[in-house]
Amino acid sequence: MSGPSTYEPKTGFTRWMDQRLPIIRLGYDSFVDFPTPRNLNYWWTFGGILAIFLVIQIISGIVLAMHYVPHESMAFESLERIRRDVKFGWLIQSMHANGASFFFVAVYIHMFRGLYYGSYKAPREILWILGVVIYLLMMATGFMGYVLPWGQMSYWGAMVITNLIGALPFIGDAIREWLWGGFSVGQATLSRFFSLHYLLPFVIAAVVALHIWALHVPGNGNPVGIEPKSKKDTLPFHPFYTVKDGFAIIVYLIVFAAFVFFLPNVLGHADNFIPADPLSTPAHIVPEWYYLPFYAILRAITFDIGPIDAKLGGVIAMFGAILILFVLPWLDTSKVRSMRFRPVTRVFFILFVLACLGLGWCGAKNPDDLVFAIGHDAEGVATGFKFVWFAQLLTFYYFAYFLIVLPVMGLIEKPLDRPASIEAAVLGTAKA
Amino acid sequence: MKMTRIFVAALAALGLSGLAWAASSGQRAPEHHHWHNAGPFGTFDREAVQRGLQIYQEVCASCHSLDLIKFRNLGETGGPFESAEFPNANDNPIVMQIAAGYMIEDGPDDAGDMFERPGLPSDAFPSPFANPQQARGSNGGALPPDLSLIVKARSHGADYVRSLLLGYDEEVPEDVHVAAGQHYNPYFPGGLLAMASPLSEGIVTYSDGTEATMEQMSEDIVTFLTWAADPHMEARKQMGVMVLLYLFIFAILVYIAYRQIWANVKH
Amino acid sequence: MTEQNGALGEHGQEPSRRDFIYIAATGAAAIGGGLAIWPFIDQMNPAADTLALGSIRVDVSTVTDGTEITVMWRGGPVFIRHRTQAMIDEARAVPLGDLPDEASRNLNAGMENASAADENRVLRPEYLIVKGNCTHLGCVPLGIGADTGDYDGWYCPCHGSHYDASARIRRGPAPENLPVPDYYFESETTVKIGLSPDEAAQSGWVAS
Repeated sequence: MSGPSTYEPKTGFTRWMDQRLPIIRLGYDSFVDFPTPRNLNYWWTFGGILAIFLVIQIISGIVLAMHYVPHESMAFESLERIRRDVKFGWLIQSMHANGASFFFVAVYIHMFRGLYYGSYKAPREILWILGVVIYLLMMATGFMGYVLPWGQMSYWGAMVITNLIGALPFIGDAIREWLWGGFSVGQATLSRFFSLHYLLPFVIAAVVALHIWALHVPGNGNPVGIEPKSKKDTLPFHPFYTVKDGFAIIVYLIVFAAFVFFLPNVLGHADNFIPADPLSTPAHIVPEWYYLPFYAILRAITFDIGPIDAKLGGVIAMFGAILILFVLPWLDTSKVRSMRFRPVTRVFFILFVLACLGLGWCGAKNPDDLVFAIGHDAEGVATGFKFVWFAQLLTFYYFAYFLIVLPVMGLIEKPLDRPASIEAAVLGTAKA
Repeated sequence: MKMTRIFVAALAALGLSGLAWAASSGQRAPEHHHWHNAGPFGTFDREAVQRGLQIYQEVCASCHSLDLIKFRNLGETGGPFESAEFPNANDNPIVMQIAAGYMIEDGPDDAGDMFERPGLPSDAFPSPFANPQQARGSNGGALPPDLSLIVKARSHGADYVRSLLLGYDEEVPEDVHVAAGQHYNPYFPGGLLAMASPLSEGIVTYSDGTEATMEQMSEDIVTFLTWAADPHMEARKQMGVMVLLYLFIFAILVYIAYRQIWANVKH
Repeated sequence: MTEQNGALGEHGQEPSRRDFIYIAATGAAAIGGGLAIWPFIDQMNPAADTLALGSIRVDVSTVTDGTEITVMWRGGPVFIRHRTQAMIDEARAVPLGDLPDEASRNLNAGMENASAADENRVLRPEYLIVKGNCTHLGCVPLGIGADTGDYDGWYCPCHGSHYDASARIRRGPAPENLPVPDYYFESETTVKIGLSPDEAAQSGWVAS
């Protein structure tokens, strides 16, 4: 879609600049005159929202690092000093902590958007893969950031997650010790997590630049999944999508501000207001909400699979659940991008979204808790459908969606008739 | 739009799962209480915070530390002794007087010895015990937690602490065995804790003449502890109202601009 | 004709109404952005715990008979020296013309432009209170008990600056007298160093 540049420098300075470093031309072609499908809906605004939140996180994070002390015996107190004594520290800390959650909400919506509208299909495979890389980096950054306050949940969350590495055969213990820099989560771990938590956002920013580059070669996908064919199918990015994205960003910021100012701690965990104590484990270790589905998949594997024991099996399943996204463009055999024209697969997609949410629910619960009770056993203890079984069911569906539904449905489903072009779609059908 | 409906349903499901999560675990759910500082416009009842401070000093402080609270905090914006006359809390005579009532270890002096001096506004409330080991040793092995963040560090913080303080009168169920040095309280996880009921009718004599009932004292001390955990709450809410107001107006302006720009474009 | 007028009217009005919305929206963005930057700048200013140590109260009841103490204030030393009558007389006997720096170096209210006469350097003659960093390169000069230099004041060992009994520079590379911090006596024995503007105005410096 990125055709020949239409930029014409008008002043002496811009002409001079254009012959030396055509950065104004780049900006103009990418964000002003960039031809964008005219039918993008609000689900397409989350890319812009994510860019804003990356900036919010980096700026607030740099500021927090000016006051934070990455030391076992001072980290917790330094965070309280930020909240209590540093000017506007309470605000900046709340923005950063809640910002992480809002970043993940946006990235999940962005990803489900991509899944629904087939944004991963040719010629956008690299664009999709770069997105998965960003998501992985976000997971790592968020995990290490949650360790820094050095509260109980920070410490024990770090303990549980790093112990997963120990499940790897032969090299697990060595890698875990290397990661810890000691025999347990401790000062060395805290220092390196702080260093990496500072570094990774800039790596994310670099991959985001590649992501946008990869976006601007084929151009945006769109809800009908048909590539623009003529100028009538597109609009210049500015002012049409700057204003639309801008409006969406402000609405999202309203929700964000409501949390930052009025519910600053509801997305966190009470136990993280207790300083880390290696001698006492919280009753119920839960990761941040955005990891819960994967935590549920991890705990769903309670059985040995051949030579693989349950613990390693859980780790493989958890990482597999993310890594499978890398090969998604080649798993989906359908030539039709948008689920709008795939009535049966769309039902499977809805179930997939519900399965992800259900896995999140399972991740927050004790595996032995009951989803619903059926009766009582001989000792009067309630029996019923356990969360771990529910998680196993949903884990199966999670993988089945990628490994069975998408490959098979692409071959057997007869898609609905599609409009000839975006223009025809816009003008031809009344909106519901 | 199909996809919109899917996401709305999904978000609703997410909200429900959050609620279900909060309801788990064996202890009795804390009783809900209406707090003066609740809601987006709620402010601290200054007099309740002052009375709560008195309870902390006279009752809780014999076992529980309050490490994160400095005396100056009492006179800072949002604090119980905030005063327009003394914008610098260090000069607030009430703060100075409260601080001077404590002896603080300082030093070493020129001879290398530690010494005690009267507290200054910049000092924190001194801990009743020198270290956690001493605290455990003096309390039958149980460590009295620091109270600075107790309201944030428990789920349903304020309601939980209030329910716990009022929950000692309950009949011990038959299947619960209360060992020596333990006390039954249905609001505590597991039902048994080392702390005996810290409050009793009239255990403090309020300097402002308020009657020291159990209800009154529980509300006051929890209000004080809520302030201690979140001293900038009022500033936070005030700024929040302004920010939301601004964002709403900004959103309306941008929406009008959006409608104008897209007015003649079918999409 | 009516058609033409209508068209004109539209062209005449619509752009201005549009422009207004664009200007309002852009203005709102600029104002909001500008205000949002402030917390991120202000956070670098001294925090409340740092400010709480911006003023200190020092008990000088034990500083008597020509002794001196050094206290920490705002990250550096402050000398508090008790002066006997002989020391006061010595300081006051120095003619202004002998001083390399004839300014009071005293920023307390009313003293900003005074001369370096000893009367302008102290609030109460028996207590001399000055910041303890040499005005040359910031070393801490030696005093009573170590080396009071050639003028019975302080001696800076780094580059050999000599200060007199009023902490004025007399010889050596230091360009200025040791500066006087803002302070006042809250009571006979308590001196508060580091004042709010209100306190500074009432500190008593103007009267003396």
